[in-house]
Amino acid sequence: MLYAILCYHDEDFVGSWSKEQDAAVMEKLGAVQDNLAKQGRLGPVARLLPTTAATTLRKENPPVVLDGPYAETKEQLLGFYIVDCKNLDEALDVARDLGNANPGGAYEIRPVGLFAPGGKMK
Amino acid sequence: MTDTAWIDAALTSARPQAVGALLRYFRDLDTAEEAFQNASLRALRSWPQNGPPRDPAAWLIMVGRNAAIDEVRRKRRQEALPEDDRSISDLDDTEEELAERLDGSHYRDDILRLLFICCHPDLPPTQQIALALRIVSGLSVKQIARAFLVTEAAMEQRITRAKARVADANVPFETPGAVERSERLASVAAMIYLIFNEGYSSSGDTAETRKPLCEEAIRLARLLLRLFQSEPEIMGLTALLLLQHARANARFDAEGQLILLEDQDRSRWKKPLIDEGIALIDKAMRHRQSGPYQVQAAIAALHARAERPEDTDWQQIDLLYGALEVMQPSPVVTLNRAVAVSKVRGPQAALDMIEPLAARLSNYFHYFGVRGAFLMQLDRNEEARIAFDRAIALANTSAEAAHIRMHLDRLMRDSRPRDSKISKK
Repeated sequence: MLYAILCYHDEDFVGSWSKEQDAAVMEKLGAVQDNLAKQGRLGPVARLLPTTAATTLRKENPPVVLDGPYAETKEQLLGFYIVDCKNLDEALDVARDLGNANPGGAYEIRPVGLFAPGGKMK
Repeated sequence: MTDTAWIDAALTSARPQAVGALLRYFRDLDTAEEAFQNASLRALRSWPQNGPPRDPAAWLIMVGRNAAIDEVRRKRRQEALPEDDRSISDLDDTEEELAERLDGSHYRDDILRLLFICCHPDLPPTQQIALALRIVSGLSVKQIARAFLVTEAAMEQRITRAKARVADANVPFETPGAVERSERLASVAAMIYLIFNEGYSSSGDTAETRKPLCEEAIRLARLLLRLFQSEPEIMGLTALLLLQHARANARFDAEGQLILLEDQDRSRWKKPLIDEGIALIDKAMRHRQSGPYQVQAAIAALHARAERPEDTDWQQIDLLYGALEVMQPSPVVTLNRAVAVSKVRGPQAALDMIEPLAARLSNYFHYFGVRGAFLMQLDRNEEARIAFDRAIALANTSAEAAHIRMHLDRLMRDSRPRDSKISKK
Protein backbone atom coordinates (compact mmCIF):
# COMPACT_ATOMS: atom_id res chain seq x y z
CA MET A 1 0.00 0.00 0.00
CA LEU A 2 1.21 3.49 -0.75
CA TYR A 3 0.81 6.06 1.98
CA ALA A 4 0.92 9.80 1.62
CA ILE A 5 2.55 11.44 4.61
CA LEU A 6 1.35 15.03 4.66
CA CYS A 7 3.49 17.45 6.65
CA TYR A 8 1.74 20.13 8.65
CA HIS A 9 3.54 22.79 10.64
CA ASP A 10 3.19 26.42 11.70
CA GLU A 11 4.60 28.38 8.81
CA ASP A 12 5.63 31.34 10.97
CA PHE A 13 7.63 28.96 13.10
CA VAL A 14 9.37 27.22 10.20
CA GLY A 15 9.98 30.65 8.64
CA SER A 16 11.79 31.73 11.81
CA TRP A 17 14.45 29.05 11.50
CA SER A 18 17.86 30.38 10.69
CA LYS A 19 19.39 29.18 7.44
CA GLU A 20 21.62 26.85 9.48
CA GLN A 21 18.70 25.41 11.43
CA ASP A 22 16.77 24.83 8.23
CA ALA A 23 19.74 23.13 6.59
CA ALA A 24 20.27 20.93 9.66
CA VAL A 25 16.63 19.77 9.63
CA MET A 26 16.74 19.10 5.87
CA GLU A 27 19.90 17.05 6.31
CA LYS A 28 18.35 14.89 9.03
CA LEU A 29 15.23 14.40 6.93
CA GLY A 30 17.51 13.49 4.02
CA ALA A 31 18.99 10.64 6.07
CA VAL A 32 15.53 9.19 6.74
CA GLN A 33 14.68 9.52 3.03
CA ASP A 34 17.93 7.85 1.92
CA ASN A 35 17.10 4.88 4.07
CA LEU A 36 13.65 4.51 2.48
CA ALA A 37 15.00 5.08 -1.02
CA LYS A 38 17.57 2.30 -0.55
CA GLN A 39 14.72 -0.08 0.20
CA GLY A 40 12.93 1.13 -2.93
CA ARG A 41 9.99 2.41 -0.87
CA LEU A 42 10.20 6.14 -1.49
CA GLY A 43 8.03 7.86 -4.07
CA PRO A 44 7.91 11.59 -4.82
CA VAL A 45 8.88 14.03 -2.07
CA ALA A 46 7.77 17.66 -2.17
CA ARG A 47 8.42 20.73 -0.05
CA LEU A 48 5.83 23.35 -0.92
CA LEU A 49 6.49 27.08 -1.21
CA PRO A 50 4.88 29.24 1.53
CA THR A 51 1.08 29.36 1.57
CA THR A 52 1.28 33.05 0.64
CA ALA A 53 2.20 31.79 -2.84
CA ALA A 54 -0.92 29.59 -2.92
CA THR A 55 -4.13 30.19 -4.84
CA THR A 56 -7.41 28.37 -4.18
CA LEU A 57 -10.03 27.54 -6.79
CA ARG A 58 -13.43 26.95 -5.23
CA LYS A 59 -15.49 24.74 -7.47
CA GLU A 60 -18.58 26.81 -7.32
CA ASN A 61 -20.53 27.72 -10.40
CA PRO A 62 -18.82 29.72 -11.78
CA PRO A 63 -15.57 28.70 -10.02
CA VAL A 64 -14.12 31.32 -7.67
CA VAL A 65 -10.41 31.97 -7.48
CA LEU A 66 -9.16 33.03 -4.04
CA ASP A 67 -5.76 34.12 -2.77
CA GLY A 68 -4.06 31.96 -0.22
CA PRO A 69 -4.33 28.36 0.92
CA TYR A 70 -7.57 26.39 1.11
CA ALA A 71 -7.81 26.26 4.88
CA GLU A 72 -7.16 29.06 7.39
CA THR A 73 -5.48 27.07 10.12
CA LYS A 74 -2.70 27.49 12.62
CA GLU A 75 -0.73 24.70 10.91
CA GLN A 76 -0.30 24.68 7.17
CA LEU A 77 0.41 21.92 4.65
CA LEU A 78 4.10 22.43 3.92
CA GLY A 79 4.99 19.28 1.99
CA PHE A 80 4.42 15.56 1.52
CA TYR A 81 6.03 12.16 0.95
CA ILE A 82 4.74 9.10 -0.83
CA VAL A 83 6.04 5.94 0.88
CA ASP A 84 5.39 2.26 0.23
CA CYS A 85 4.43 0.54 3.52
CA LYS A 86 2.94 -2.85 4.37
CA ASN A 87 0.42 -1.37 6.78
CA LEU A 88 -0.46 1.63 8.91
CA ASP A 89 2.01 0.61 11.65
CA GLU A 90 4.87 0.73 9.20
CA ALA A 91 3.69 4.09 7.86
CA LEU A 92 3.53 5.41 11.43
CA ASP A 93 7.09 4.22 11.99
CA VAL A 94 8.24 6.24 8.98
CA ALA A 95 6.34 9.27 10.24
CA ARG A 96 7.97 8.85 13.67
CA ASP A 97 11.43 8.74 12.08
CA LEU A 98 10.65 11.88 10.12
CA GLY A 99 9.23 13.46 13.29
CA ASN A 100 12.45 12.78 15.18
CA ALA A 101 14.35 14.63 12.47
CA ASN A 102 11.93 17.55 12.45
CA PRO A 103 10.16 18.23 15.76
CA GLY A 104 6.88 20.06 16.11
CA GLY A 105 3.85 20.16 13.84
CA ALA A 106 2.00 17.04 12.72
CA TYR A 107 1.92 14.39 10.01
CA GLU A 108 -1.31 13.23 8.45
CA ILE A 109 -0.97 9.67 7.15
CA ARG A 110 -3.32 8.99 4.26
CA PRO A 111 -3.47 5.76 2.25
CA VAL A 112 -3.15 6.54 -1.46
CA GLY A 113 -6.09 5.42 -3.63
CA LEU A 114 -4.72 6.10 -7.08
CA PHE A 115 -1.11 6.89 -7.90
CA ALA A 116 -0.31 8.19 -11.37
CA PRO A 117 3.15 9.81 -11.28
CA GLY A 118 3.17 10.36 -15.04
CA GLY A 119 -0.32 11.77 -14.97
CA LYS A 120 -1.80 8.78 -16.83
CA MET A 121 -4.92 7.58 -15.06
CA LYS A 122 -5.52 3.93 -15.82
CA MET B 1 17.32 21.08 16.64
CA THR B 2 18.31 21.55 20.27
CA ASP B 3 15.78 22.55 22.88
CA THR B 4 16.95 26.13 23.09
CA ALA B 5 17.16 26.57 19.31
CA TRP B 6 13.60 25.29 19.11
CA ILE B 7 12.42 27.70 21.77
CA ASP B 8 14.26 30.59 20.12
CA ALA B 9 12.47 29.91 16.84
CA ALA B 10 9.11 29.65 18.63
CA LEU B 11 9.70 32.95 20.48
CA THR B 12 10.78 34.72 17.30
CA SER B 13 7.75 33.56 15.36
CA ALA B 14 5.28 34.36 18.15
CA ARG B 15 6.82 37.74 18.87
CA PRO B 16 4.91 40.07 16.49
CA GLN B 17 1.54 38.72 17.56
CA ALA B 18 2.38 38.58 21.26
CA VAL B 19 3.98 42.04 21.52
CA GLY B 20 1.16 43.42 19.37
CA ALA B 21 -1.50 42.08 21.74
CA LEU B 22 0.42 43.20 24.84
CA LEU B 23 0.71 46.65 23.33
CA ARG B 24 -3.07 46.75 22.90
CA TYR B 25 -3.50 45.84 26.58
CA PHE B 26 -0.93 48.21 28.04
CA ARG B 27 -0.82 50.94 25.39
CA ASP B 28 2.82 51.47 26.12
CA LEU B 29 5.68 50.06 24.10
CA ASP B 30 8.11 49.65 26.99
CA THR B 31 5.59 47.85 29.20
CA ALA B 32 4.58 45.56 26.33
CA GLU B 33 8.17 44.75 25.50
CA GLU B 34 9.06 44.11 29.12
CA ALA B 35 6.01 41.86 29.54
CA PHE B 36 7.04 39.85 26.50
CA GLN B 37 10.58 39.63 27.84
CA ASN B 38 9.28 38.29 31.14
CA ALA B 39 7.07 35.76 29.40
CA SER B 40 10.02 34.62 27.28
CA LEU B 41 12.13 34.03 30.37
CA ARG B 42 9.35 31.94 31.87
CA ALA B 43 9.04 30.03 28.58
CA LEU B 44 12.73 29.18 28.71
CA ARG B 45 12.18 27.68 32.17
CA SER B 46 8.84 26.02 31.60
CA TRP B 47 8.82 24.73 28.00
CA PRO B 48 11.79 22.34 28.24
CA GLN B 49 10.09 20.64 31.23
CA ASN B 50 6.41 20.79 30.30
CA GLY B 51 6.80 20.66 26.55
CA PRO B 52 5.87 23.52 24.26
CA PRO B 53 2.30 24.86 24.42
CA ARG B 54 0.05 24.24 21.42
CA ASP B 55 -0.25 27.95 20.78
CA PRO B 56 2.98 29.66 21.88
CA ALA B 57 1.70 33.16 21.07
CA ALA B 58 -1.40 32.72 23.25
CA TRP B 59 0.74 31.37 26.09
CA LEU B 60 3.17 34.30 25.87
CA ILE B 61 0.38 36.88 25.75
CA MET B 62 -1.33 35.40 28.79
CA VAL B 63 1.80 34.95 30.88
CA GLY B 64 3.24 38.28 29.78
CA ARG B 65 0.05 40.11 30.64
CA ASN B 66 -0.28 38.51 34.04
CA ALA B 67 3.36 39.08 34.86
CA ALA B 68 3.03 42.77 34.03
CA ILE B 69 -0.13 43.09 36.10
CA ASP B 70 1.58 41.30 38.99
CA GLU B 71 4.46 43.70 38.66
CA VAL B 72 2.15 46.69 38.99
CA ARG B 73 0.35 45.12 41.96
CA ARG B 74 3.62 44.18 43.57
CA LYS B 75 4.96 47.70 43.25
CA ARG B 76 1.77 49.09 44.74
CA ARG B 77 1.91 46.66 47.59
CA GLN B 78 5.57 47.32 48.15
CA GLU B 79 4.75 50.91 48.66
CA ALA B 80 2.09 50.01 51.22
CA LEU B 81 3.68 46.97 52.82
CA PRO B 82 7.37 46.87 51.97
CA GLU B 83 7.95 43.45 53.54
CA ASP B 84 5.41 41.70 51.31
CA ASP B 85 6.92 40.81 47.96
CA ARG B 86 5.04 37.62 47.18
CA SER B 87 3.69 37.78 43.69
CA ILE B 88 0.39 36.37 42.62
CA SER B 89 0.46 33.23 40.48
CA ASP B 90 0.74 34.02 36.79
CA LEU B 91 -1.69 31.29 35.77
CA ASP B 92 -4.74 32.47 37.74
CA ASP B 93 -7.41 32.88 35.14
CA THR B 94 -6.03 30.86 32.28
CA GLU B 95 -9.31 29.86 30.70
CA GLU B 96 -10.84 33.28 30.54
CA GLU B 97 -7.76 34.90 29.04
CA LEU B 98 -7.31 32.19 26.48
CA ALA B 99 -10.92 32.42 25.37
CA GLU B 100 -10.49 36.13 24.84
CA ARG B 101 -7.38 35.65 22.76
CA LEU B 102 -8.75 32.82 20.67
CA ASP B 103 -11.58 34.86 19.28
CA GLY B 104 -8.64 36.24 17.32
CA SER B 105 -10.39 39.20 15.73
CA HIS B 106 -7.72 41.58 17.01
CA TYR B 107 -4.78 39.55 15.82
CA ARG B 108 -4.38 41.15 12.39
CA ASP B 109 -4.76 44.73 13.61
CA ASP B 110 -2.46 44.08 16.59
CA ILE B 111 0.44 43.17 14.33
CA LEU B 112 -0.34 45.93 11.87
CA ARG B 113 -0.50 48.49 14.71
CA LEU B 114 2.80 47.28 16.11
CA LEU B 115 4.45 47.62 12.70
CA PHE B 116 2.75 50.94 12.09
CA ILE B 117 3.95 52.44 15.37
CA CYS B 118 7.50 51.66 14.31
CA CYS B 119 7.14 53.55 11.03
CA HIS B 120 5.36 56.55 12.50
CA PRO B 121 5.80 59.56 10.21
CA ASP B 122 7.43 61.53 13.06
CA LEU B 123 10.39 59.16 12.93
CA PRO B 124 13.23 59.55 10.43
CA PRO B 125 13.68 56.43 8.27
CA THR B 126 16.78 55.16 10.07
CA GLN B 127 14.93 55.26 13.41
CA GLN B 128 11.91 53.51 11.88
CA ILE B 129 14.01 50.62 10.69
CA ALA B 130 15.96 50.30 13.93
CA LEU B 131 12.78 50.36 16.01
CA ALA B 132 11.04 47.74 13.86
CA LEU B 133 14.03 45.42 13.99
CA ARG B 134 14.21 45.78 17.75
CA ILE B 135 10.49 45.64 18.61
CA VAL B 136 8.94 43.47 15.90
CA SER B 137 11.79 41.22 14.86
CA GLY B 138 13.35 41.07 18.31
CA LEU B 139 16.92 41.45 17.07
CA SER B 140 19.30 42.51 19.82
CA VAL B 141 20.69 46.05 19.85
CA LYS B 142 24.08 44.49 19.18
CA GLN B 143 22.82 42.68 16.05
CA ILE B 144 21.14 45.82 14.73
CA ALA B 145 24.19 47.98 15.44
CA ARG B 146 26.31 45.50 13.53
CA ALA B 147 23.99 45.52 10.52
CA PHE B 148 23.98 49.34 10.51
CA LEU B 149 27.76 49.46 10.98
CA VAL B 150 27.49 51.71 14.04
CA THR B 151 28.45 51.21 17.68
CA GLU B 152 26.10 49.53 20.09
CA ALA B 153 25.86 52.69 22.18
CA ALA B 154 24.87 54.77 19.17
CA MET B 155 22.19 52.26 18.21
CA GLU B 156 20.90 52.07 21.79
CA GLN B 157 20.51 55.84 21.75
CA ARG B 158 18.77 55.80 18.37
CA ILE B 159 16.22 53.25 19.58
CA THR B 160 15.61 55.06 22.88
CA ARG B 161 14.97 58.30 21.01
CA ALA B 162 12.61 56.57 18.60
CA LYS B 163 10.64 55.05 21.49
CA ALA B 164 10.30 58.42 23.20
CA ARG B 165 8.94 59.98 20.01
CA VAL B 166 6.47 57.15 19.51
CA ALA B 167 5.23 57.52 23.08
CA ASP B 168 4.48 61.20 22.36
CA ALA B 169 2.85 60.47 19.03
CA ASN B 170 -0.49 59.22 20.40
CA VAL B 171 -1.19 56.41 17.98
CA PRO B 172 -4.86 55.46 18.37
CA PHE B 173 -5.54 52.00 19.80
CA GLU B 174 -9.09 51.55 18.56
CA THR B 175 -9.63 49.06 15.76
CA PRO B 176 -8.82 51.06 12.62
CA GLY B 177 -11.38 51.76 9.90
CA ALA B 178 -10.88 50.57 6.33
CA VAL B 179 -9.23 53.78 5.10
CA GLU B 180 -6.92 54.03 8.08
CA ARG B 181 -6.05 50.36 7.76
CA SER B 182 -5.01 50.75 4.15
CA GLU B 183 -2.95 53.86 4.99
CA ARG B 184 -1.20 51.93 7.74
CA LEU B 185 -0.59 49.08 5.36
CA ALA B 186 1.07 51.41 2.84
CA SER B 187 3.36 52.94 5.50
CA VAL B 188 4.33 49.53 6.80
CA ALA B 189 5.06 48.26 3.28
CA ALA B 190 7.31 51.28 2.70
CA MET B 191 9.16 50.58 5.95
CA ILE B 192 9.74 46.93 5.05
CA TYR B 193 11.09 48.09 1.69
CA LEU B 194 13.45 50.45 3.55
CA ILE B 195 14.74 47.62 5.74
CA PHE B 196 15.44 45.57 2.64
CA ASN B 197 17.21 48.41 0.87
CA GLU B 198 19.36 49.07 3.91
CA GLY B 199 20.70 45.54 3.52
CA TYR B 200 20.68 45.46 -0.27
CA SER B 201 22.52 48.68 -1.01
CA SER B 202 25.56 47.64 0.96
CA SER B 203 28.95 47.19 -0.64
CA GLY B 204 30.78 43.92 -1.18
CA ASP B 205 32.83 44.00 1.98
CA THR B 206 29.78 44.57 4.17
CA ALA B 207 27.19 42.59 2.20
CA GLU B 208 27.50 39.49 4.37
CA THR B 209 27.11 41.49 7.60
CA ARG B 210 24.05 43.29 6.31
CA LYS B 211 22.34 40.34 4.65
CA PRO B 212 20.21 39.61 7.76
CA LEU B 213 18.41 42.91 7.06
CA CYS B 214 17.25 41.57 3.69
CA GLU B 215 16.20 38.26 5.21
CA GLU B 216 14.31 39.98 8.01
CA ALA B 217 12.54 42.26 5.52
CA ILE B 218 11.39 39.20 3.58
CA ARG B 219 10.14 37.54 6.77
CA LEU B 220 8.14 40.67 7.66
CA ALA B 221 6.77 40.94 4.12
CA ARG B 222 5.60 37.32 4.22
CA LEU B 223 4.02 37.97 7.62
CA LEU B 224 2.18 41.02 6.30
CA LEU B 225 1.03 39.11 3.24
CA ARG B 226 -0.32 36.29 5.37
CA LEU B 227 -2.40 38.86 7.25
CA PHE B 228 -3.57 40.58 4.06
CA GLN B 229 -3.68 37.71 1.59
CA SER B 230 -5.56 39.52 -1.16
CA GLU B 231 -3.59 42.77 -1.33
CA PRO B 232 -1.89 42.85 -4.74
CA GLU B 233 0.63 45.49 -3.66
CA ILE B 234 1.75 43.40 -0.68
CA MET B 235 2.14 40.45 -3.06
CA GLY B 236 4.15 42.76 -5.31
CA LEU B 237 6.34 43.97 -2.44
CA THR B 238 7.06 40.42 -1.26
CA ALA B 239 7.77 39.28 -4.83
CA LEU B 240 10.09 42.24 -5.39
CA LEU B 241 12.15 41.49 -2.28
CA LEU B 242 12.35 37.77 -3.07
CA LEU B 243 13.41 38.36 -6.68
CA GLN B 244 16.09 40.89 -5.70
CA HIS B 245 17.38 38.76 -2.86
CA ALA B 246 17.57 35.69 -5.12
CA ARG B 247 20.53 37.39 -6.83
CA ALA B 248 22.38 38.30 -3.61
CA ASN B 249 25.12 35.67 -3.96
CA ALA B 250 25.91 36.65 -7.54
CA ARG B 251 26.16 40.42 -6.97
CA PHE B 252 29.73 40.60 -5.69
CA ASP B 253 32.92 38.85 -6.74
CA ALA B 254 35.49 37.36 -4.37
CA GLU B 255 37.12 40.79 -3.92
CA GLY B 256 33.79 42.39 -3.05
CA GLN B 257 33.50 44.16 -6.41
CA LEU B 258 30.02 44.78 -7.74
CA ILE B 259 29.01 42.50 -10.63
CA LEU B 260 26.43 44.03 -12.98
CA LEU B 261 23.27 42.11 -13.77
CA GLU B 262 24.40 41.12 -17.25
CA ASP B 263 27.74 39.81 -16.00
CA GLN B 264 26.35 37.78 -13.10
CA ASP B 265 26.65 34.01 -12.99
CA ARG B 266 22.96 33.18 -13.24
CA SER B 267 23.46 29.66 -11.95
CA ARG B 268 24.12 31.30 -8.56
CA TRP B 269 20.68 32.89 -8.47
CA LYS B 270 18.44 31.15 -5.96
CA LYS B 271 15.73 29.31 -7.81
CA PRO B 272 13.24 28.72 -4.96
CA LEU B 273 13.17 32.45 -4.20
CA ILE B 274 12.68 33.26 -7.89
CA ASP B 275 9.88 30.69 -8.15
CA GLU B 276 8.13 32.11 -5.12
CA GLY B 277 8.53 35.66 -6.42
CA ILE B 278 7.15 34.78 -9.84
CA ALA B 279 4.23 32.87 -8.27
CA LEU B 280 3.37 35.97 -6.23
CA ILE B 281 3.59 38.44 -9.11
CA ASP B 282 1.46 36.10 -11.25
CA LYS B 283 -1.16 36.08 -8.48
CA ALA B 284 -0.98 39.85 -8.07
CA MET B 285 -1.46 40.57 -11.78
CA ARG B 286 -4.76 38.69 -11.76
CA HIS B 287 -6.24 41.44 -9.57
CA ARG B 288 -5.71 44.08 -12.25
CA GLN B 289 -4.96 46.75 -9.64
CA SER B 290 -1.48 47.70 -10.61
CA GLY B 291 0.87 49.55 -8.29
CA PRO B 292 4.53 50.53 -8.01
CA TYR B 293 5.62 47.40 -6.11
CA GLN B 294 3.94 45.11 -8.62
CA VAL B 295 5.53 46.91 -11.57
CA GLN B 296 8.98 46.78 -10.00
CA ALA B 297 8.47 43.10 -9.19
CA ALA B 298 7.35 42.44 -12.77
CA ILE B 299 10.56 44.07 -14.02
CA ALA B 300 12.63 41.96 -11.62
CA ALA B 301 10.70 38.87 -12.76
CA LEU B 302 11.58 39.56 -16.41
CA HIS B 303 15.26 39.65 -15.47
CA ALA B 304 14.88 36.50 -13.39
CA ARG B 305 13.13 34.66 -16.22
CA ALA B 306 15.95 35.32 -18.70
CA GLU B 307 18.37 32.40 -18.68
CA ARG B 308 21.02 34.47 -20.45
CA PRO B 309 21.34 38.28 -20.49
CA GLU B 310 20.57 38.34 -24.23
CA ASP B 311 17.23 36.62 -23.52
CA THR B 312 16.02 39.60 -21.48
CA ASP B 313 12.76 41.08 -22.72
CA TRP B 314 13.94 44.71 -22.73
CA GLN B 315 10.94 45.87 -24.74
CA GLN B 316 8.61 44.74 -21.97
CA ILE B 317 10.90 46.24 -19.32
CA ASP B 318 10.82 49.57 -21.19
CA LEU B 319 6.99 49.43 -21.15
CA LEU B 320 6.90 48.59 -17.43
CA TYR B 321 9.23 51.47 -16.56
CA GLY B 322 6.95 53.65 -18.66
CA ALA B 323 4.03 52.56 -16.45
CA LEU B 324 6.10 53.21 -13.33
CA GLU B 325 6.95 56.72 -14.59
CA VAL B 326 3.21 57.46 -14.70
CA MET B 327 2.54 56.06 -11.20
CA GLN B 328 5.62 57.43 -9.51
CA PRO B 329 7.20 60.14 -11.65
CA SER B 330 10.84 60.39 -10.65
CA PRO B 331 14.07 61.13 -12.48
CA VAL B 332 15.52 57.91 -11.04
CA VAL B 333 12.76 55.86 -12.67
CA THR B 334 13.42 57.60 -15.99
CA LEU B 335 17.12 56.90 -15.59
CA ASN B 336 16.36 53.20 -15.15
CA ARG B 337 14.04 53.27 -18.11
CA ALA B 338 16.82 54.75 -20.21
CA VAL B 339 18.91 51.63 -19.66
CA ALA B 340 16.09 49.54 -21.16
CA VAL B 341 15.72 52.09 -23.96
CA SER B 342 19.42 51.82 -24.79
CA LYS B 343 18.92 48.07 -25.36
CA VAL B 344 15.79 48.51 -27.48
CA ARG B 345 16.44 51.75 -29.39
CA GLY B 346 20.16 52.31 -28.93
CA PRO B 347 22.41 54.58 -26.82
CA GLN B 348 21.55 57.84 -28.60
CA ALA B 349 17.83 57.52 -27.78
CA ALA B 350 18.75 56.65 -24.21
CA LEU B 351 21.11 59.61 -23.89
CA ASP B 352 18.43 61.97 -25.25
CA MET B 353 16.10 60.62 -22.59
CA ILE B 354 18.40 61.39 -19.66
CA GLU B 355 19.80 64.76 -20.82
CA PRO B 356 16.84 66.65 -19.30
CA LEU B 357 17.52 64.98 -15.92
CA ALA B 358 21.00 66.49 -15.59
CA ALA B 359 20.02 69.32 -13.27
CA ARG B 360 17.94 67.18 -10.91
CA LEU B 361 20.44 64.33 -10.74
CA SER B 362 23.59 66.46 -10.59
CA ASN B 363 24.63 64.71 -7.37
CA TYR B 364 23.51 61.21 -8.21
CA PHE B 365 26.21 58.61 -8.69
CA HIS B 366 24.18 56.36 -10.98
CA TYR B 367 23.28 59.21 -13.33
CA PHE B 368 26.91 59.74 -14.25
CA GLY B 369 27.67 56.03 -14.37
CA VAL B 370 24.83 55.42 -16.81
CA ARG B 371 25.58 58.56 -18.82
CA GLY B 372 29.22 57.55 -19.11
CA ALA B 373 28.22 54.09 -20.34
CA PHE B 374 25.93 55.54 -23.05
CA LEU B 375 28.63 57.99 -24.18
CA MET B 376 31.16 55.19 -24.29
CA GLN B 377 28.84 53.14 -26.50
CA LEU B 378 28.62 56.19 -28.81
CA ASP B 379 32.44 56.42 -28.93
CA ARG B 380 32.34 59.84 -27.27
CA ASN B 381 35.16 58.74 -25.02
CA GLU B 382 36.33 62.09 -23.69
CA GLU B 383 32.82 63.01 -22.52
CA ALA B 384 32.45 59.49 -21.11
CA ARG B 385 35.64 59.96 -19.09
CA ILE B 386 34.33 63.21 -17.60
CA ALA B 387 31.06 61.50 -16.63
CA PHE B 388 32.89 58.57 -15.03
CA ASP B 389 35.19 60.91 -13.09
CA ARG B 390 32.15 62.66 -11.71
CA ALA B 391 30.58 59.30 -10.81
CA ILE B 392 33.66 58.26 -8.83
CA ALA B 393 33.55 61.52 -6.93
CA LEU B 394 29.91 60.76 -6.00
CA ALA B 395 30.28 57.04 -5.23
CA ASN B 396 28.71 55.95 -1.96
CA THR B 397 30.65 52.74 -1.52
CA SER B 398 34.09 51.57 -2.48
CA ALA B 399 32.50 48.89 -4.67
CA GLU B 400 30.68 51.54 -6.70
CA ALA B 401 33.86 53.53 -7.20
CA ALA B 402 35.83 50.43 -8.16
CA HIS B 403 33.21 49.49 -10.71
CA ILE B 404 33.42 52.87 -12.45
CA ARG B 405 37.20 52.72 -12.36
CA MET B 406 36.95 49.49 -14.34
CA HIS B 407 35.06 51.37 -17.07
CA LEU B 408 37.68 54.11 -17.00
CA ASP B 409 40.50 51.58 -17.36
CA ARG B 410 38.73 50.13 -20.38
CA LEU B 411 38.39 53.61 -21.86
CA MET B 412 42.09 54.30 -21.33
CA ARG B 413 43.03 51.00 -22.95
CA ASP B 414 40.79 51.66 -25.93
CA SER B 415 41.93 55.21 -26.44
CA ARG B 416 45.67 54.60 -26.08
CA PRO B 417 46.29 53.25 -29.64
CA ARG B 418 44.47 56.25 -31.06
CA ASP B 419 46.58 58.58 -28.94
CA SER B 420 49.74 56.99 -30.29
CA LYS B 421 48.50 57.42 -33.86
CA ILE B 422 47.87 61.06 -33.17
CA SER B 423 51.36 61.54 -31.76
CA LYS B 424 52.90 60.04 -34.90
CA LYS B 425 51.25 62.65 -37.06
